Amino acid sequence: MKIRVHVSLKPGVLDPQGRAVHHALEGLGFAGVDDVRVGRLIELDVADDTSDAALTDMCEKLLANTVIENFRIEKVA
Amino acid sequence: MAFRAAVITFPGSNCDRDMAVAIERASGSAPLRVWHADAELPERLDFIALPGGFSYGDYLRSGAMAANSPVMRGVKEQAERGVPVLGVCNGFQVLTEAGLLPGALMRNASQNFICRTVALTVENSQSLFTGGYDQGQTIRIPVAHHDGNYFADEDTLDRLEGEGRVAFRYAENCNGSRRDIAGVLNAAGNVLGMMPHPERAVDTAHGGTDGLALFEGAMRTLADA
Repeated sequence: MKIRVHVSLKPGVLDPQGRAVHHALEGLGFAGVDDVRVGRLIELDVADDTSDAALTDMCEKLLANTVIENFRIEKVA
Repeated sequence: MAFRAAVITFPGSNCDRDMAVAIERASGSAPLRVWHADAELPERLDFIALPGGFSYGDYLRSGAMAANSPVMRGVKEQAERGVPVLGVCNGFQVLTEAGLLPGALMRNASQNFICRTVALTVENSQSLFTGGYDQGQTIRIPVAHHDGNYFADEDTLDRLEGEGRVAFRYAENCNGSRRDIAGVLNAAGNVLGMMPHPERAVDTAHGGTDGLALFEGAMRTLADA
């Protein structure tokens, strides 16, 4: 089973990397970009019987730092 | 009995030697050197130090991989039993990732790696680690980090300040840290994490010796206990 874990900074947490990318996009002349937030995509290939609870546990224990990040688990196939 | 400290080395640690030298200078005893993959941390330790560096190449998040390495189980157990644990720079990141300290250390607000000596204010001189300083004293300690921007939610920050758990603040905020926080204590006061490097200020050849008082103060407090 292919899993995608999307990790993103919580709203309100300053994202210096996103801000720098935003600034670079403006420098390239792209107008109308209001905000940029940079996150992380983690792809897992797990056994088909892996439970949702186990996936959540993986995210909370290692893949995301829930002090500053949110995560979303997507089952691809 | 000789002072029994341990310095933990992770793959990518680079301040472990300096930490060992600083501890030996203050205590008179060379600390044990412990490798991250050692599942068993030596027992009856008087002091545990997690040094700076770039453990596991900062993969995933700074400190995240080291926080889950085998030796950290022993560090957590001993911390819960009251053994003093000092985490500096990457060691601080490891302690937050391991849940031994609240908050998280994010990329510096400037995006730049910062490597220079900064002024710190001693916010709590009553802790196990800070007895060598006066309350409100300004000390000069080097910082060298990319991810030193301390973040915690407002409730946590209020609690830390209310309980005297902010050990050090930057006199001038260099990295975007919430409320200028440079070092925090756990609730029991036996775990300190700080981004600045006291072990890099223990010899006149370092350009300053303000860091030595941290080690000497801690060793004195522990000897008197």
